[in-house]
Amino acid sequence: MLHIFCPHCGELRSEEEFHASGQAHIPRPLDPNACTDKEWGDYMFFRDNPRGLHHELWNHVAGCRQFFNATRNTVTYEILETYLIGTQPQFTEQAASVAPTATREQGEKV
Amino acid sequence: MSQTHRLPNGGRVDRNKVLTFTFNGQQYKGYEGDSLAAALLANGVDIIGRSFKYSRPRGIYAAGAEEPNAVLQIGATEATQIPNVRATQQALYQGLVATSTNGWPNVNTDMMGILGKVGGKLMPPGFYYKTFMYPKSFWMTYEKYIRKAAGLGRSPTQNDPDTYDNMNHHCDVLIVGAGPAGLAAALAAARSGARVIVADEQEEFGGSLLDSRESLDGKPAMEWVAKAIAELKGLPDVKLLPRATVNGYHDHNFLTIHERLTDHLGDRAPIGQVRQRLHRVRAKRVVLATGACERPLVYGNNDVPGNMLAGAVSTYVRRYGVAPGKKLLLSTNNDHAYRVALDWLDAGQNVVAVADARSNPRGALVEEARAKGIRILTGSAVIEARGTKRVTGARVAAIDLKTHSVTSPGEWLECDLVATSGGYSPVVHLASHLGGKPTWREDILGFVPGEAPQKRVCVGGINGVYGLGDSLADGFEGGVRAASEAGFKAVEGVLPKALNQLQEATVALFHVPHEKGTARAPKQFVDLQNDVTAAAIELATREGFESVEHVKRYTALGFGTDQGKLGNVNGLAIAARSLNVTIPQMGTTMFRPNYTPVTFGAIAGRHCGHIFEPVRYTALQAWHVKQGAEFEDVGQWKRPWYFPRNGEDLHAAVKRECQAVRDSVGILDASTLGKIDIQGPDAREFLNRIYTNAWTKLDVGKARYGLMCKEDGMVFDDGVTACLADNHFVMTTTTGGAARVLQWLEIYQQTEWPELKVYFTSVTDHYATLTLSGPNSRKLLSEVTDIDLDREAFPFMTWKEGLVAGVPARVFRISFTGELSYEVNIQADYAMGVLEKIVEAGKKYNLTPYGTETMHVLRAEKGFIIVGQDTDGSMTPDDLNMGWCVGRTKPFSWLGWRGMNREDCVRDQRKQLVGLKPVNPTQWLPEGAQLVFDPKQTIPMTMVGHVTSSYAHNSLGYSFAMGVVKGGLKRIGERVFSPQADGSVIEAEIVSSVFFDPKGDRQNI
Amino acid sequence: MTTANVYQQRPDSGVKAESSLHHTNLASLTGKGRKNAGVIVREKKLLGHLTLRGDAKDPAFAEGVHKALGLELPVALSLVAKGDTSLQWMGPDEWLLIVPGGQEYAVEQALRAALVGLHISVVNVSGGQQLLELSGPNVRNVLMKSTSYDVHPDNFPVGKAIGTVFAKSQLVIRHTGEDTWELLIRRSFSDYWWLWLQDAAAEYGLSVEA
Repeated sequence: MLHIFCPHCGELRSEEEFHASGQAHIPRPLDPNACTDKEWGDYMFFRDNPRGLHHELWNHVAGCRQFFNATRNTVTYEILETYLIGTQPQFTEQAASVAPTATREQGEKV
Repeated sequence: MSQTHRLPNGGRVDRNKVLTFTFNGQQYKGYEGDSLAAALLANGVDIIGRSFKYSRPRGIYAAGAEEPNAVLQIGATEATQIPNVRATQQALYQGLVATSTNGWPNVNTDMMGILGKVGGKLMPPGFYYKTFMYPKSFWMTYEKYIRKAAGLGRSPTQNDPDTYDNMNHHCDVLIVGAGPAGLAAALAAARSGARVIVADEQEEFGGSLLDSRESLDGKPAMEWVAKAIAELKGLPDVKLLPRATVNGYHDHNFLTIHERLTDHLGDRAPIGQVRQRLHRVRAKRVVLATGACERPLVYGNNDVPGNMLAGAVSTYVRRYGVAPGKKLLLSTNNDHAYRVALDWLDAGQNVVAVADARSNPRGALVEEARAKGIRILTGSAVIEARGTKRVTGARVAAIDLKTHSVTSPGEWLECDLVATSGGYSPVVHLASHLGGKPTWREDILGFVPGEAPQKRVCVGGINGVYGLGDSLADGFEGGVRAASEAGFKAVEGVLPKALNQLQEATVALFHVPHEKGTARAPKQFVDLQNDVTAAAIELATREGFESVEHVKRYTALGFGTDQGKLGNVNGLAIAARSLNVTIPQMGTTMFRPNYTPVTFGAIAGRHCGHIFEPVRYTALQAWHVKQGAEFEDVGQWKRPWYFPRNGEDLHAAVKRECQAVRDSVGILDASTLGKIDIQGPDAREFLNRIYTNAWTKLDVGKARYGLMCKEDGMVFDDGVTACLADNHFVMTTTTGGAARVLQWLEIYQQTEWPELKVYFTSVTDHYATLTLSGPNSRKLLSEVTDIDLDREAFPFMTWKEGLVAGVPARVFRISFTGELSYEVNIQADYAMGVLEKIVEAGKKYNLTPYGTETMHVLRAEKGFIIVGQDTDGSMTPDDLNMGWCVGRTKPFSWLGWRGMNREDCVRDQRKQLVGLKPVNPTQWLPEGAQLVFDPKQTIPMTMVGHVTSSYAHNSLGYSFAMGVVKGGLKRIGERVFSPQADGSVIEAEIVSSVFFDPKGDRQNI
Repeated sequence: MTTANVYQQRPDSGVKAESSLHHTNLASLTGKGRKNAGVIVREKKLLGHLTLRGDAKDPAFAEGVHKALGLELPVALSLVAKGDTSLQWMGPDEWLLIVPGGQEYAVEQALRAALVGLHISVVNVSGGQQLLELSGPNVRNVLMKSTSYDVHPDNFPVGKAIGTVFAKSQLVIRHTGEDTWELLIRRSFSDYWWLWLQDAAAEYGLSVEA
């Protein structure tokens, strides 16, 4: 049961309040009609499956009903950050060759 | 004779409270404070069950969660049966009824046992793979046989009368284990003001101190425990949970605790009390103080009743005042086990000898034993035990650890109890549940928790810190650390003083050698619960299984409820030696939740019976019930299915309801349809992008049907949307799709088109919707409304506002039956009053309530689709012959447009929705039935489509159906065939899907 | 051009009104529960509920709301109240306004007048939801049986309001007094909630207050 920081509510909430909506940063092509079937197929169906950091789209369905993004380590299941739609992640696989470890959960009150 | 093995005094039992219980039909007595295992031992019960594969007699082996043999069926009545209860973990209560789960007809004369080794021969290691892979059809036979022979217990066939529930917790520090380290950690954390939960699986707190010889500050250690508990109880944000096993360590410090609140009180929980509770805990920091578990040595016949873990002997003597034998022989490789011999001596029993694998042990406990005259045989070990139903003796011989061989013939010693200690294994299960690999420590000959991302601290025995003083200090420090990491300032504290005794190192001995070699030696058991022997593990490695995970699966080592508590390290050591690698090279298997079995009751909690899951009702439910409606589940909703009169069945009622709508007027509760209020200047543009058809020109006051597709071009919802004002629409969705569609709108607005100014709000529950349908609906409605219903003033596909039965309403003139229809929307609070007035006025029109079945029939007669019934996520609007609903010239490439123009979506011979008319008008085509063009083709036939909707009882007077057929729209007039399971074939003509009023005159009148 | 279709949805008095718990006949249970019950339930029914949407970052929006209601826009996870009117944060661009039953039409008009020209939405949802007030010393236990949200007062002080999972569905919990909480329940789920709460409160004793 993940503990996810909702950037809108500003709190850590239990996974059951959320709905995972797949990989983040997959923009809809601006002109779908200009896409070949292959390009359209890539947009529709092909997703990354990394061992390490993964950027995901989540929806806080039981709370504020807002979508947001999360960076999650698929090995340790740590969530390194959650961030608003339209913004970019701070943690990326390129930025750190070794998957960084968050010392504190985002939003953890101590 | 009663309680033959009870010592005259000692133990933490209340000898004034005698409890009666039965085991395998025989009545026994025990004391309050006993575990079931202690009480059975007190009564000299040796055989507790039969083993899984070889059907050998087995006795109680341990005293805690690691018990492999005494896994019993508990319950005085059918309804209170609980399988797989460890006798060592079950407190004795008055009237307890226990039976063996292994061994039939009874444990003493076992059928399987008489067959002797047949059972074993039948199931060599790898049995499952070798035997069950084929023939597959035999699995059912094997499965029955194995279940019965394995005795996995049985579930009750009646409802459990007790209450189980779940509770959610949040804490700063969760402490797992209330032994010395855990209690010290709890004191440190709790004094800082943190919210603390302490959970321990035993009946009372204290852990190893419950049967310890040691003292703290010169007083019995349990006095300190009592003081610690009292202090913790006095703090407001501390929760103490005895009888509570932390069973699973899940992601992000979410742990589950299985608390048995009343299992110790009786067969049933006292009235008004919860029997078991599953606590779901989110902890900022976790302190694992799970201690260590003694490891047995592996020697010949080590499974005969009378072989026992050394520490368990001390537990029975000191905690329960029970001597599980008379003459003790101890086989050890470490100092700590000597306390067992001393406890035994203190209890006035006979210590035959101690076999110590070390050549020259000189530790404090060893010297104490020596001083008390106990015979110590050094450089030796018990090689094999003797006896069938009880140990009668054992052979001790000199062994050479380096060559793993026996160096002397040894000596047979008469004894009835062989206590065995091969060192200690830290209980790393919880620390490993999330995949953290344990690390081997050669100095303690055990695995300790490895590095892990979890926010946890491990203290005491789990770290291999075994001395009492060290353990307390480690625990306290861990508690301080956990609390301070959770944001609390530590408060200093003084720890009690423990005597630090000199302890010598344990020597590495796991599998005791035998002259005959492993394969021919008497069976040397590694995993008693799964009947895995040392020979089986060596066989597995010889057969090429080198990975520890493969060895585990090949032999069943550490399977199931056992989770390798006793056998894991010994099994690894045997496999490692066999493969000539070290134990850390061998690695260890995964540990999975749960640590010990959890009842389904505790998992389900209160989510059972009438509150199993939400049931949604409309505001008119009470009326439906009064009318005698039969209900249908639609998602979470209960919807009236049909309204039988005078004992009508479904078909008769539906035929009558259909006729009433076609002839006069019917009323339907349509409140469950999803309704979404849409406001904003870009609402219209948004609808253009989300629906397949065009919305630019829909005027205020008008409504339009729309289809929604996913990006792949496949239809996923439909409904009517009305324009309420220039920037204001109300959308309806299918009943089942309401939540899904709202999310669909939100995800596109929030993530793709945030620049579009539009807000969505669900008004599904706010409005009740009454549908009046039929040629007389206008007349009827006119009697209760001030709205001008004139055909010109209020045409088809428009809406009006006004009073209906005195309540402000929005009335939509839309139709799902093909008849003149009005959908009346009112605030749900007033729906019942409106309904009653309409029903009163409707009497003279034979106003007939109809349910979902009639609605389905009537719409099918008109060829209207139901998304999810006539579609299955693979159908484009064109496949549904609904190309008229596709805005092919809309400027924005709306959702689904690109997808439905893929090559595959525009090819010929796609399955298309058509009408199907059985040639025999009384024959009903089963929904889901496959269709073929050639019924004479040999199997497998070429399937060309299937039936999606089918109704024999309707207003048409003949059976009809809808279905998809390859290239169906160009095959109107051709025949298809539906071969049935019974060999018959139903022939049908492909026809237009509109069976009734194809021009749509009736809805326009 | 009209931007929205707004109409008086509540009939004149004298028309029968049924709350979503009407069928449970709570009134007949008043005073019949255990004395000193650990949980006391009270229906707050037939109130005016309006869902308000708008841009929280736009000062004109906050000013307009204040002008119409006399209330400041509450920040995340909070609730502000004045008399019988309360305004609750539901999301970054969404608030729930609860007013005495019958006032919702006038209030909506006042809001729309004060917010004219802004991109907003006001939706009357009065028929679809209601408040259920729980009070008493054991309410926290009942909540702990029902939701994974942390209801300890350190985390959930008076004045806080959150949407979360509750039993097998979702609702909003509002902490309105030391031992007083409100559940915002959807009409179609209300029977489930009532059954659930009776069960969860059974061991502490449940009584009904008018």
